[in-house]
Amino acid sequence: MKSGKFWAWLVFALGAAYFFIPLIATVEFSMRMRRGEYSFDAYKVVLGDARFQATFGYSVLAAVFTIILGVLIVVPAAYWIRLRLPQLRPIVEFITLLPLVIPAIVIVFGYIRMYGSNSPLPFLATDTGTNALLVIGYATLALPYMYRAVDTGLRTIDVRTLTEAAQILGAGWGTIITRVILPNVLIAVLSGAFLTFAIVIGEFTMASLLNRPAFGPYLQNIGANRAYEPAALAIIAFAITWGCMSLIQILSRFAPKSANRPN
Amino acid sequence: MTDISLSDHAVTGKTAPPAEARSMRLPTQWLGVAPFFIFAIMFLILPTLYLMLGAFQNDAGEFTLENIAALAQPSIVAAYWISIKISLASSLIGAFAGLAIAIAIVRGGLPDWIRSATLTFSGVASNFAGVPLAFAFLATLGRLGLATVILNTVFGLNIYAHGFNILSFWGLTLTYVYFQIPLMVVIIVPAIDGLKKEWGEAAATLGATMSQYWRMVVIPVIWPSFLGTVILLFANAFGAIATAYALTGSSLNIVPILLYAQIRGDVLHNAHLGYAIAFGMIVITGLANVFYIWFRTRSERWLK
Repeated sequence: MKSGKFWAWLVFALGAAYFFIPLIATVEFSMRMRRGEYSFDAYKVVLGDARFQATFGYSVLAAVFTIILGVLIVVPAAYWIRLRLPQLRPIVEFITLLPLVIPAIVIVFGYIRMYGSNSPLPFLATDTGTNALLVIGYATLALPYMYRAVDTGLRTIDVRTLTEAAQILGAGWGTIITRVILPNVLIAVLSGAFLTFAIVIGEFTMASLLNRPAFGPYLQNIGANRAYEPAALAIIAFAITWGCMSLIQILSRFAPKSANRPN
Repeated sequence: MTDISLSDHAVTGKTAPPAEARSMRLPTQWLGVAPFFIFAIMFLILPTLYLMLGAFQNDAGEFTLENIAALAQPSIVAAYWISIKISLASSLIGAFAGLAIAIAIVRGGLPDWIRSATLTFSGVASNFAGVPLAFAFLATLGRLGLATVILNTVFGLNIYAHGFNILSFWGLTLTYVYFQIPLMVVIIVPAIDGLKKEWGEAAATLGATMSQYWRMVVIPVIWPSFLGTVILLFANAFGAIATAYALTGSSLNIVPILLYAQIRGDVLHNAHLGYAIAFGMIVITGLANVFYIWFRTRSERWLK
Protein backbone atom coordinates (compact mmCIF):
# COMPACT_ATOMS: atom_id res chain seq x y z
CA MET A 1 0.00 0.00 0.00
CA LYS A 2 2.91 2.34 0.81
CA SER A 3 4.31 2.08 -2.70
CA GLY A 4 0.80 2.57 -4.10
CA LYS A 5 0.60 5.88 -2.32
CA PHE A 6 3.98 6.90 -3.66
CA TRP A 7 2.87 6.22 -7.24
CA ALA A 8 -0.36 8.10 -6.68
CA TRP A 9 1.56 11.16 -5.49
CA LEU A 10 4.00 10.85 -8.39
CA VAL A 11 1.22 10.67 -10.98
CA PHE A 12 -0.58 13.57 -9.36
CA ALA A 13 2.61 15.66 -9.25
CA LEU A 14 3.40 14.99 -12.91
CA GLY A 15 -0.16 15.86 -13.90
CA ALA A 16 -0.10 19.02 -11.82
CA ALA A 17 3.20 20.02 -13.44
CA TYR A 18 1.83 19.51 -16.96
CA PHE A 19 -1.26 21.58 -16.17
CA PHE A 20 0.33 24.35 -14.16
CA ILE A 21 3.51 25.02 -16.11
CA PRO A 22 1.64 26.40 -19.15
CA LEU A 23 -0.48 28.60 -16.89
CA ILE A 24 2.56 29.91 -15.04
CA ALA A 25 4.43 30.39 -18.30
CA THR A 26 1.50 32.28 -19.78
CA VAL A 27 1.20 34.56 -16.76
CA GLU A 28 4.94 35.18 -16.84
CA PHE A 29 4.94 35.85 -20.57
CA SER A 30 1.98 38.21 -20.31
CA MET A 31 3.90 40.37 -17.82
CA ARG A 32 7.09 40.66 -19.87
CA MET A 33 5.90 43.52 -22.08
CA ARG A 34 7.99 46.17 -20.37
CA ARG A 35 11.66 45.43 -20.88
CA GLY A 36 13.55 44.27 -17.80
CA GLU A 37 10.67 44.22 -15.29
CA TYR A 38 7.30 42.62 -14.78
CA SER A 39 4.26 44.75 -15.44
CA PHE A 40 0.62 44.53 -16.30
CA ASP A 41 1.11 46.59 -19.46
CA ALA A 42 -0.17 43.84 -21.75
CA TYR A 43 -3.41 43.67 -19.78
CA LYS A 44 -3.76 47.45 -19.89
CA VAL A 45 -3.24 47.46 -23.64
CA VAL A 46 -5.72 44.65 -24.15
CA LEU A 47 -8.43 45.96 -21.86
CA GLY A 48 -8.04 49.45 -23.29
CA ASP A 49 -8.32 48.24 -26.87
CA ALA A 50 -11.60 49.42 -28.39
CA ARG A 51 -11.81 46.28 -30.52
CA PHE A 52 -11.47 44.12 -27.41
CA GLN A 53 -14.40 45.88 -25.81
CA ALA A 54 -16.49 45.73 -28.99
CA THR A 55 -15.85 42.06 -29.80
CA PHE A 56 -16.15 40.96 -26.20
CA GLY A 57 -19.45 42.81 -25.89
CA TYR A 58 -20.64 41.24 -29.11
CA SER A 59 -19.80 37.74 -27.89
CA VAL A 60 -21.43 38.31 -24.50
CA LEU A 61 -24.58 39.42 -26.30
CA ALA A 62 -24.41 36.41 -28.63
CA ALA A 63 -24.01 34.14 -25.58
CA VAL A 64 -27.04 35.69 -23.88
CA PHE A 65 -29.20 35.19 -26.97
CA THR A 66 -27.86 31.66 -27.36
CA ILE A 67 -28.86 30.84 -23.80
CA ILE A 68 -32.36 32.29 -24.31
CA LEU A 69 -32.81 30.39 -27.56
CA GLY A 70 -31.47 27.19 -26.00
CA VAL A 71 -33.86 27.46 -23.04
CA LEU A 72 -36.84 28.17 -25.32
CA ILE A 73 -36.10 25.09 -27.40
CA VAL A 74 -34.92 22.65 -24.76
CA VAL A 75 -37.11 23.27 -21.71
CA PRO A 76 -40.53 22.69 -23.37
CA ALA A 77 -39.22 19.67 -25.27
CA ALA A 78 -37.56 18.03 -22.25
CA TYR A 79 -40.63 18.75 -20.11
CA TRP A 80 -43.08 17.46 -22.67
CA ILE A 81 -41.07 14.29 -23.21
CA ARG A 82 -41.06 13.56 -19.49
CA LEU A 83 -44.77 14.25 -19.23
CA ARG A 84 -46.39 12.89 -22.36
CA LEU A 85 -44.03 11.51 -24.98
CA PRO A 86 -41.48 9.27 -23.28
CA GLN A 87 -41.35 7.17 -26.45
CA LEU A 88 -39.55 10.09 -28.16
CA ARG A 89 -36.75 10.17 -25.60
CA PRO A 90 -34.26 7.99 -27.52
CA ILE A 91 -34.74 10.05 -30.69
CA VAL A 92 -34.33 13.34 -28.87
CA GLU A 93 -31.27 12.10 -26.99
CA PHE A 94 -29.76 10.97 -30.26
CA ILE A 95 -30.39 14.37 -31.85
CA THR A 96 -28.90 16.22 -28.89
CA LEU A 97 -25.73 14.14 -29.25
CA LEU A 98 -25.35 14.96 -32.94
CA PRO A 99 -23.46 18.22 -32.36
CA LEU A 100 -20.75 16.14 -30.70
CA VAL A 101 -20.55 13.96 -33.82
CA ILE A 102 -20.80 16.60 -36.51
CA PRO A 103 -17.89 19.04 -36.21
CA ALA A 104 -18.86 22.70 -35.84
CA ILE A 105 -17.05 23.56 -39.04
CA VAL A 106 -19.26 21.14 -40.97
CA ILE A 107 -22.46 22.56 -39.45
CA VAL A 108 -21.51 26.12 -40.32
CA PHE A 109 -20.44 25.03 -43.81
CA GLY A 110 -23.93 23.62 -44.25
CA TYR A 111 -25.45 26.93 -43.12
CA ILE A 112 -23.36 28.90 -45.56
CA ARG A 113 -24.51 26.73 -48.44
CA MET A 114 -28.14 26.39 -47.39
CA TYR A 115 -28.98 29.85 -46.16
CA GLY A 116 -26.99 31.99 -48.62
CA SER A 117 -28.42 35.12 -50.23
CA ASN A 118 -29.94 33.19 -53.15
CA SER A 119 -31.65 30.54 -51.05
CA PRO A 120 -35.35 30.49 -50.05
CA LEU A 121 -34.32 31.41 -46.49
CA PRO A 122 -31.59 34.02 -47.06
CA PHE A 123 -30.25 34.39 -43.53
CA LEU A 124 -26.88 35.47 -44.86
CA ALA A 125 -28.31 38.29 -46.98
CA THR A 126 -28.54 40.68 -44.03
CA ASP A 127 -26.44 41.48 -40.99
CA THR A 128 -29.27 40.72 -38.61
CA GLY A 129 -29.89 37.41 -40.35
CA THR A 130 -26.22 36.45 -40.08
CA ASN A 131 -26.17 37.38 -36.40
CA ALA A 132 -29.26 35.23 -35.92
CA LEU A 133 -27.60 32.37 -37.75
CA LEU A 134 -24.54 32.64 -35.49
CA VAL A 135 -26.76 32.46 -32.40
CA ILE A 136 -28.57 29.48 -33.94
CA GLY A 137 -25.26 27.78 -34.63
CA TYR A 138 -24.12 28.39 -31.06
CA ALA A 139 -27.41 26.97 -29.80
CA THR A 140 -26.71 23.74 -31.71
CA LEU A 141 -23.21 23.57 -30.16
CA ALA A 142 -24.71 24.05 -26.70
CA LEU A 143 -27.59 21.63 -27.31
CA PRO A 144 -25.95 18.51 -25.79
CA TYR A 145 -25.05 20.34 -22.57
CA MET A 146 -28.26 22.32 -22.28
CA TYR A 147 -30.47 19.27 -22.83
CA ARG A 148 -28.64 17.10 -20.31
CA ALA A 149 -28.59 19.84 -17.70
CA VAL A 150 -32.33 20.45 -18.05
CA ASP A 151 -33.18 16.76 -18.24
CA THR A 152 -31.17 16.07 -15.07
CA GLY A 153 -32.98 18.94 -13.38
CA LEU A 154 -36.38 17.59 -14.41
CA ARG A 155 -35.48 14.16 -13.07
CA THR A 156 -35.24 15.56 -9.55
CA ILE A 157 -38.80 16.95 -9.52
CA ASP A 158 -42.14 15.22 -9.92
CA VAL A 159 -43.18 16.70 -13.23
CA ARG A 160 -46.52 14.90 -13.45
CA THR A 161 -47.81 15.81 -10.00
CA LEU A 162 -46.71 19.42 -10.31
CA THR A 163 -48.41 19.69 -13.68
CA GLU A 164 -51.64 18.12 -12.51
CA ALA A 165 -51.71 20.28 -9.39
CA ALA A 166 -51.25 23.38 -11.53
CA GLN A 167 -53.94 22.22 -13.96
CA ILE A 168 -56.42 21.66 -11.13
CA LEU A 169 -55.77 25.21 -10.01
CA GLY A 170 -56.66 26.33 -13.50
CA ALA A 171 -53.23 27.12 -14.95
CA GLY A 172 -52.69 27.05 -18.71
CA TRP A 173 -49.63 25.55 -20.39
CA GLY A 174 -47.78 28.86 -20.57
CA THR A 175 -48.28 29.44 -16.85
CA ILE A 176 -47.27 25.87 -16.02
CA ILE A 177 -44.00 26.10 -17.89
CA THR A 178 -42.97 29.61 -16.90
CA ARG A 179 -44.26 29.67 -13.32
CA VAL A 180 -44.12 26.07 -12.15
CA ILE A 181 -41.60 24.05 -14.15
CA LEU A 182 -38.99 26.70 -14.98
CA PRO A 183 -38.48 27.93 -11.39
CA ASN A 184 -38.04 24.31 -10.31
CA VAL A 185 -35.34 23.58 -12.85
CA LEU A 186 -33.86 27.08 -12.72
CA ILE A 187 -30.60 25.90 -11.18
CA ALA A 188 -30.18 23.20 -13.81
CA VAL A 189 -30.96 25.73 -16.54
CA LEU A 190 -28.41 28.14 -15.06
CA SER A 191 -25.70 25.44 -15.01
CA GLY A 192 -26.44 24.79 -18.67
CA ALA A 193 -26.38 28.53 -19.27
CA PHE A 194 -22.95 29.08 -17.74
CA LEU A 195 -21.51 26.13 -19.62
CA THR A 196 -23.00 27.57 -22.81
CA PHE A 197 -21.42 30.91 -21.96
CA ALA A 198 -18.00 29.29 -21.49
CA ILE A 199 -18.29 27.52 -24.83
CA VAL A 200 -19.63 30.46 -26.80
CA ILE A 201 -17.54 33.36 -25.51
CA GLY A 202 -14.31 32.49 -27.32
CA GLU A 203 -15.76 30.39 -30.14
CA PHE A 204 -13.75 30.87 -33.29
CA THR A 205 -14.87 28.62 -36.16
CA MET A 206 -18.47 29.67 -36.65
CA ALA A 207 -17.93 33.35 -35.91
CA SER A 208 -14.99 33.51 -38.27
CA LEU A 209 -16.68 31.69 -41.16
CA LEU A 210 -19.81 33.83 -40.79
CA ASN A 211 -17.59 36.94 -40.65
CA ARG A 212 -18.95 38.15 -37.34
CA PRO A 213 -16.98 40.65 -35.21
CA ALA A 214 -16.86 38.21 -32.29
CA PHE A 215 -14.27 37.64 -29.57
CA GLY A 216 -12.89 34.41 -31.03
CA PRO A 217 -11.76 35.86 -34.37
CA TYR A 218 -10.40 38.89 -32.50
CA LEU A 219 -8.29 36.59 -30.33
CA GLN A 220 -6.97 34.83 -33.41
CA ASN A 221 -6.16 38.15 -35.05
CA ILE A 222 -4.24 39.41 -32.02
CA GLY A 223 -2.41 36.09 -31.83
CA ALA A 224 -1.20 36.48 -35.39
CA ASN A 225 -0.02 40.06 -34.94
CA ARG A 226 1.13 40.70 -31.38
CA ALA A 227 3.60 39.20 -28.94
CA TYR A 228 2.52 39.73 -25.31
CA GLU A 229 -1.16 40.57 -25.62
CA PRO A 230 -2.15 37.00 -26.61
CA ALA A 231 -0.76 35.67 -23.33
CA ALA A 232 -2.76 38.25 -21.40
CA LEU A 233 -5.86 37.32 -23.37
CA ALA A 234 -5.29 33.62 -22.65
CA ILE A 235 -5.21 34.38 -18.93
CA ILE A 236 -8.39 36.46 -19.22
CA ALA A 237 -10.09 33.62 -21.14
CA PHE A 238 -8.95 31.09 -18.56
CA ALA A 239 -10.35 33.28 -15.80
CA ILE A 240 -13.70 33.49 -17.60
CA THR A 241 -13.88 29.70 -18.02
CA TRP A 242 -12.89 29.29 -14.38
CA GLY A 243 -15.58 31.75 -13.34
CA CYS A 244 -18.29 29.93 -15.28
CA MET A 245 -17.30 26.54 -13.86
CA SER A 246 -17.14 27.90 -10.29
CA LEU A 247 -20.62 29.36 -10.68
CA ILE A 248 -21.89 25.97 -11.84
CA GLN A 249 -20.30 24.33 -8.80
CA ILE A 250 -21.75 26.90 -6.43
CA LEU A 251 -25.18 26.52 -8.05
CA SER A 252 -25.08 22.75 -7.81
CA ARG A 253 -25.01 23.09 -4.03
CA PHE A 254 -28.44 24.69 -4.18
CA ALA A 255 -29.86 22.03 -6.47
CA PRO A 256 -32.20 19.37 -5.03
CA LYS A 257 -29.91 16.46 -5.83
CA SER A 258 -27.34 17.06 -8.47
CA ALA A 259 -28.00 19.41 -11.31
CA ASN A 260 -24.35 19.48 -12.16
CA ARG A 261 -22.89 19.03 -15.61
CA PRO A 262 -23.71 15.43 -16.47
CA ASN A 263 -21.06 13.29 -18.06
CA MET B 1 -55.59 -0.19 -40.63
CA THR B 2 -56.17 3.33 -39.40
CA ASP B 3 -58.58 2.04 -36.81
CA ILE B 4 -55.98 -0.21 -35.26
CA SER B 5 -53.29 2.42 -35.07
CA LEU B 6 -55.71 4.93 -33.59
CA SER B 7 -56.86 2.62 -30.84
CA ASP B 8 -53.23 1.78 -30.21
CA HIS B 9 -52.59 5.40 -29.67
CA ALA B 10 -55.46 5.69 -27.25
CA VAL B 11 -54.00 2.86 -25.21
CA THR B 12 -50.54 4.36 -24.99
CA GLY B 13 -52.08 7.77 -24.26
CA LYS B 14 -53.47 6.10 -21.14
CA THR B 15 -55.86 8.72 -19.85
CA ALA B 16 -57.18 9.75 -23.26
CA PRO B 17 -60.93 9.47 -23.34
CA PRO B 18 -62.38 8.13 -26.61
CA ALA B 19 -63.62 9.94 -29.69
CA GLU B 20 -63.39 13.73 -29.42
CA ALA B 21 -60.24 13.94 -27.32
CA ARG B 22 -58.38 11.81 -29.80
CA SER B 23 -58.72 14.31 -32.60
CA MET B 24 -57.99 17.20 -30.24
CA ARG B 25 -54.96 15.65 -28.62
CA LEU B 26 -52.68 14.96 -31.49
CA PRO B 27 -51.73 18.53 -32.40
CA THR B 28 -51.25 19.74 -28.81
CA GLN B 29 -49.44 16.50 -28.06
CA TRP B 30 -46.74 17.56 -30.52
CA LEU B 31 -46.81 21.27 -29.84
CA GLY B 32 -44.36 21.06 -26.93
CA VAL B 33 -41.68 19.26 -28.89
CA ALA B 34 -42.35 21.03 -32.20
CA PRO B 35 -39.85 23.89 -31.67
CA PHE B 36 -37.15 21.41 -30.80
CA PHE B 37 -37.73 19.25 -33.85
CA ILE B 38 -38.14 22.16 -36.24
CA PHE B 39 -34.90 23.62 -34.91
CA ALA B 40 -33.03 20.32 -35.11
CA ILE B 41 -34.23 19.58 -38.62
CA MET B 42 -33.60 23.06 -40.00
CA PHE B 43 -30.28 23.81 -38.38
CA LEU B 44 -28.68 20.49 -37.65
CA ILE B 45 -30.00 17.72 -39.85
CA LEU B 46 -30.84 19.46 -43.14
CA PRO B 47 -27.55 21.41 -43.42
CA THR B 48 -25.61 18.20 -42.78
CA LEU B 49 -27.71 16.24 -45.28
CA TYR B 50 -27.29 19.05 -47.79
CA LEU B 51 -23.50 18.67 -47.61
CA MET B 52 -23.66 14.89 -47.68
CA LEU B 53 -25.85 14.90 -50.78
CA GLY B 54 -23.69 17.62 -52.32
CA ALA B 55 -20.71 15.32 -51.95
CA PHE B 56 -22.38 13.01 -54.47
CA GLN B 57 -23.37 15.65 -57.01
CA ASN B 58 -21.56 17.59 -59.69
CA ASP B 59 -22.13 21.23 -60.59
CA ALA B 60 -25.08 20.30 -62.78
CA GLY B 61 -26.71 18.49 -59.85
CA GLU B 62 -26.26 15.02 -61.31
CA PHE B 63 -25.24 12.05 -59.24
CA THR B 64 -21.50 11.34 -59.30
CA LEU B 65 -18.80 9.60 -57.31
CA GLU B 66 -16.10 11.86 -58.72
CA ASN B 67 -15.93 14.09 -55.63
CA ILE B 68 -15.40 11.14 -53.35
CA ALA B 69 -12.81 9.75 -55.74
CA ALA B 70 -11.09 13.15 -55.78
CA LEU B 71 -10.48 12.81 -52.05
CA ALA B 72 -7.74 10.36 -53.02
CA GLN B 73 -5.43 13.13 -54.23
CA PRO B 74 -2.22 13.16 -52.16
CA SER B 75 -2.67 16.52 -50.43
CA ILE B 76 -6.13 15.59 -49.14
CA VAL B 77 -5.10 12.09 -48.10
CA ALA B 78 -2.15 13.62 -46.28
CA ALA B 79 -4.47 16.04 -44.47
CA TYR B 80 -6.77 13.22 -43.35
CA TRP B 81 -3.80 11.13 -42.33
CA ILE B 82 -2.18 13.78 -40.16
CA SER B 83 -5.54 14.63 -38.62
CA ILE B 84 -6.13 11.00 -37.76
CA LYS B 85 -2.60 10.65 -36.37
CA ILE B 86 -2.90 13.74 -34.16
CA SER B 87 -6.36 12.77 -32.95
CA LEU B 88 -5.25 9.23 -32.23
CA ALA B 89 -2.03 10.24 -30.47
CA SER B 90 -3.67 12.95 -28.37
CA SER B 91 -6.63 10.74 -27.46
CA LEU B 92 -4.43 7.79 -26.46
CA ILE B 93 -1.98 9.90 -24.46
CA GLY B 94 -4.85 11.85 -22.94
CA ALA B 95 -6.71 8.67 -22.11
CA PHE B 96 -3.85 6.84 -20.41
CA ALA B 97 -2.65 9.91 -18.53
CA GLY B 98 -6.23 10.75 -17.56
CA LEU B 99 -6.82 7.20 -16.37
CA ALA B 100 -3.63 7.24 -14.31
CA ILE B 101 -4.63 10.53 -12.69
CA ALA B 102 -8.17 9.29 -12.07
CA ILE B 103 -6.92 6.10 -10.41
CA ALA B 104 -4.42 8.10 -8.36
CA ILE B 105 -7.04 10.49 -7.00
CA VAL B 106 -9.78 7.89 -6.43
CA ARG B 107 -7.81 4.85 -5.27
CA GLY B 108 -4.37 6.21 -4.42
CA GLY B 109 -5.12 7.17 -0.84
CA LEU B 110 -4.51 10.85 -1.51
CA PRO B 111 -6.23 13.46 0.68
CA ASP B 112 -9.85 14.22 -0.23
CA TRP B 113 -9.24 17.83 -1.15
CA ILE B 114 -6.93 16.67 -3.97
CA ARG B 115 -9.74 14.69 -5.50
CA SER B 116 -12.23 17.55 -5.47
CA ALA B 117 -9.63 20.09 -6.57
CA THR B 118 -8.59 17.86 -9.47
CA LEU B 119 -12.18 17.34 -10.56
CA THR B 120 -12.91 21.06 -10.43
CA PHE B 121 -9.78 21.88 -12.34
CA SER B 122 -10.60 19.19 -14.91
CA GLY B 123 -14.00 20.77 -15.48
CA VAL B 124 -12.28 24.05 -16.24
CA ALA B 125 -9.39 22.70 -18.30
CA SER B 126 -11.59 20.47 -20.45
CA ASN B 127 -13.42 23.62 -21.53
CA PHE B 128 -10.27 25.68 -21.91
CA ALA B 129 -9.67 25.00 -25.54
CA GLY B 130 -9.64 26.97 -28.73
CA VAL B 131 -7.51 30.03 -29.43
CA PRO B 132 -6.45 30.89 -25.83
CA LEU B 133 -5.04 27.40 -25.34
CA ALA B 134 -2.81 27.92 -28.34
CA PHE B 135 -1.56 31.19 -26.80
CA ALA B 136 -0.77 29.43 -23.53
CA PHE B 137 1.33 26.80 -25.29
CA LEU B 138 3.11 29.38 -27.42
CA ALA B 139 4.05 31.16 -24.18
CA THR B 140 5.28 27.84 -22.76
CA LEU B 141 6.94 25.93 -25.56
CA GLY B 142 7.26 28.53 -28.28
CA ARG B 143 10.74 29.68 -29.22
CA LEU B 144 10.67 32.27 -26.41
CA GLY B 145 8.39 30.29 -24.13
CA LEU B 146 9.19 29.89 -20.46
CA ALA B 147 9.73 26.12 -20.60
CA THR B 148 11.90 26.41 -23.71
CA VAL B 149 14.04 29.12 -22.15
CA ILE B 150 14.40 27.36 -18.79
CA LEU B 151 15.29 24.06 -20.43
CA ASN B 152 17.89 25.88 -22.46
CA THR B 153 19.49 28.07 -19.78
CA VAL B 154 19.20 25.78 -16.75
CA PHE B 155 19.52 22.34 -18.27
CA GLY B 156 21.41 23.30 -21.42
CA LEU B 157 18.82 21.54 -23.53
CA ASN B 158 17.80 23.44 -26.62
CA ILE B 159 14.68 21.58 -27.67
CA TYR B 160 14.37 23.51 -30.91
CA ALA B 161 17.89 22.43 -31.89
CA HIS B 162 16.76 18.86 -31.28
CA GLY B 163 13.97 19.16 -33.80
CA PHE B 164 11.07 20.08 -31.54
CA ASN B 165 8.68 22.67 -32.86
CA ILE B 166 5.40 23.80 -31.34
CA LEU B 167 4.07 24.15 -34.88
CA SER B 168 4.42 20.47 -35.59
CA PHE B 169 2.73 17.13 -35.05
CA TRP B 170 4.08 16.72 -31.52
CA GLY B 171 3.56 20.35 -30.64
CA LEU B 172 -0.10 20.16 -31.57
CA THR B 173 -0.56 16.77 -29.92
CA LEU B 174 0.97 18.02 -26.68
CA THR B 175 -1.39 21.00 -26.81
CA TYR B 176 -4.51 18.91 -27.47
CA VAL B 177 -3.61 16.68 -24.53
CA TYR B 178 -4.29 19.71 -22.32
CA PHE B 179 -8.04 19.35 -22.87
CA GLN B 180 -8.03 15.59 -23.52
CA ILE B 181 -6.67 14.54 -20.11
CA PRO B 182 -9.22 16.53 -18.09
CA LEU B 183 -12.06 15.25 -20.26
CA MET B 184 -10.91 11.70 -19.59
CA VAL B 185 -10.69 12.39 -15.85
CA VAL B 186 -14.18 13.90 -15.74
CA ILE B 187 -15.70 10.92 -17.58
CA ILE B 188 -13.71 8.03 -16.09
CA VAL B 189 -13.79 8.98 -12.39
CA PRO B 190 -17.46 7.91 -12.04
CA ALA B 191 -16.55 4.59 -13.68
CA ILE B 192 -13.77 3.99 -11.17
CA ASP B 193 -16.10 5.05 -8.37
CA GLY B 194 -18.44 2.38 -9.67
CA LEU B 195 -15.97 -0.37 -8.80
CA LYS B 196 -17.58 -1.97 -5.80
CA LYS B 197 -15.55 -2.42 -2.64
CA GLU B 198 -17.03 -5.92 -2.31
CA TRP B 199 -15.25 -7.00 -5.48
CA GLY B 200 -11.88 -6.17 -3.98
CA GLU B 201 -12.82 -7.95 -0.75
CA ALA B 202 -14.15 -10.96 -2.65
CA ALA B 203 -10.95 -11.15 -4.66
CA ALA B 204 -8.85 -10.88 -1.50
CA THR B 205 -10.92 -13.60 0.21
CA LEU B 206 -10.28 -15.87 -2.74
CA GLY B 207 -6.58 -15.24 -2.31
CA ALA B 208 -6.00 -12.91 -5.25
CA THR B 209 -2.91 -10.75 -5.22
CA MET B 210 -3.15 -7.02 -5.91
CA SER B 211 -1.98 -7.51 -9.49
CA GLN B 212 -4.48 -10.33 -10.08
CA TYR B 213 -7.28 -8.14 -8.73
CA TRP B 214 -6.31 -5.37 -11.13
CA ARG B 215 -5.75 -7.66 -14.10
CA MET B 216 -8.85 -9.82 -13.68
CA VAL B 217 -11.40 -7.49 -12.06
CA VAL B 218 -10.61 -3.81 -12.40
CA ILE B 219 -9.33 -3.68 -15.96
CA PRO B 220 -12.11 -5.81 -17.52
CA VAL B 221 -14.75 -3.69 -15.78
CA ILE B 222 -13.25 -0.32 -16.70
CA TRP B 223 -12.15 -1.38 -20.19
CA PRO B 224 -15.38 -0.65 -22.12
CA SER B 225 -15.92 2.80 -20.69
CA PHE B 226 -12.24 3.51 -21.15
CA LEU B 227 -12.31 2.55 -24.83
CA GLY B 228 -15.57 4.43 -25.29
CA THR B 229 -13.99 7.57 -23.87
CA VAL B 230 -10.90 7.17 -26.06
CA ILE B 231 -13.20 7.29 -29.06
CA LEU B 232 -15.00 10.33 -27.72
CA LEU B 233 -11.63 12.05 -27.27
CA PHE B 234 -10.68 11.07 -30.80
CA ALA B 235 -13.80 12.66 -32.29
CA ASN B 236 -13.25 15.66 -30.04
CA ALA B 237 -9.75 16.24 -31.43
CA PHE B 238 -10.67 15.40 -35.00
CA GLY B 239 -13.22 18.18 -35.37
CA ALA B 240 -11.23 20.82 -33.48
CA ILE B 241 -9.80 23.65 -35.52
CA ALA B 242 -9.42 26.83 -33.46
CA THR B 243 -6.41 25.69 -31.42
CA ALA B 244 -4.57 24.35 -34.45
CA TYR B 245 -5.35 27.38 -36.55
CA ALA B 246 -4.21 29.84 -33.88
CA LEU B 247 -1.11 27.77 -33.18
CA THR B 248 0.13 26.96 -36.63
CA GLY B 249 -1.80 29.20 -39.02
CA SER B 250 -2.15 26.98 -42.05
CA SER B 251 1.34 25.49 -41.85
CA LEU B 252 0.03 22.21 -40.46
CA ASN B 253 -2.44 20.92 -42.98
CA ILE B 254 -5.04 19.04 -40.90
CA VAL B 255 -8.48 18.35 -42.39
CA PRO B 256 -10.47 21.01 -40.52
CA ILE B 257 -7.93 23.65 -41.58
CA LEU B 258 -8.11 22.46 -45.17
CA LEU B 259 -11.91 22.65 -45.05
CA TYR B 260 -11.69 26.09 -43.44
CA ALA B 261 -9.49 27.33 -46.27
CA GLN B 262 -11.83 25.73 -48.80
CA ILE B 263 -14.91 27.45 -47.30
CA ARG B 264 -13.15 30.81 -47.18
CA GLY B 265 -11.65 30.81 -50.62
CA ASP B 266 -12.34 27.63 -52.58
CA VAL B 267 -8.64 26.75 -52.53
CA LEU B 268 -9.41 23.41 -54.17
CA HIS B 269 -11.26 25.12 -57.04
CA ASN B 270 -14.15 22.70 -56.77
CA ALA B 271 -17.07 23.52 -54.49
CA HIS B 272 -18.29 19.94 -54.39
CA LEU B 273 -14.89 18.67 -53.28
CA GLY B 274 -15.45 20.75 -50.14
CA TYR B 275 -18.69 18.83 -49.57
CA ALA B 276 -16.78 15.59 -50.01
CA ILE B 277 -14.22 16.63 -47.38
CA ALA B 278 -17.02 17.49 -44.97
CA PHE B 279 -18.65 14.16 -45.78
CA GLY B 280 -15.40 12.35 -44.98
CA MET B 281 -15.19 14.13 -41.62
CA ILE B 282 -18.75 13.15 -40.75
CA VAL B 283 -18.06 9.54 -41.73
CA ILE B 284 -15.00 9.36 -39.48
CA THR B 285 -16.55 11.03 -36.42
CA GLY B 286 -19.80 9.15 -37.07
CA LEU B 287 -18.05 5.79 -37.12
CA ALA B 288 -16.19 6.75 -33.98
CA ASN B 289 -19.48 7.48 -32.25
CA VAL B 290 -21.07 4.23 -33.34
CA PHE B 291 -18.23 2.47 -31.54
CA TYR B 292 -18.65 4.82 -28.60
CA ILE B 293 -22.33 3.94 -28.20
CA TRP B 294 -21.49 0.26 -28.50
CA PHE B 295 -18.84 0.39 -25.77
CA ARG B 296 -21.08 2.56 -23.66
CA THR B 297 -23.92 0.03 -23.61
CA ARG B 298 -21.39 -2.67 -22.72
CA SER B 299 -19.97 -0.67 -19.81
CA GLU B 300 -23.40 0.14 -18.40
CA ARG B 301 -23.95 -3.53 -17.68
CA TRP B 302 -21.46 -3.30 -14.82
CA LEU B 303 -21.77 0.22 -13.59
CA LYS B 304 -25.22 0.47 -12.12
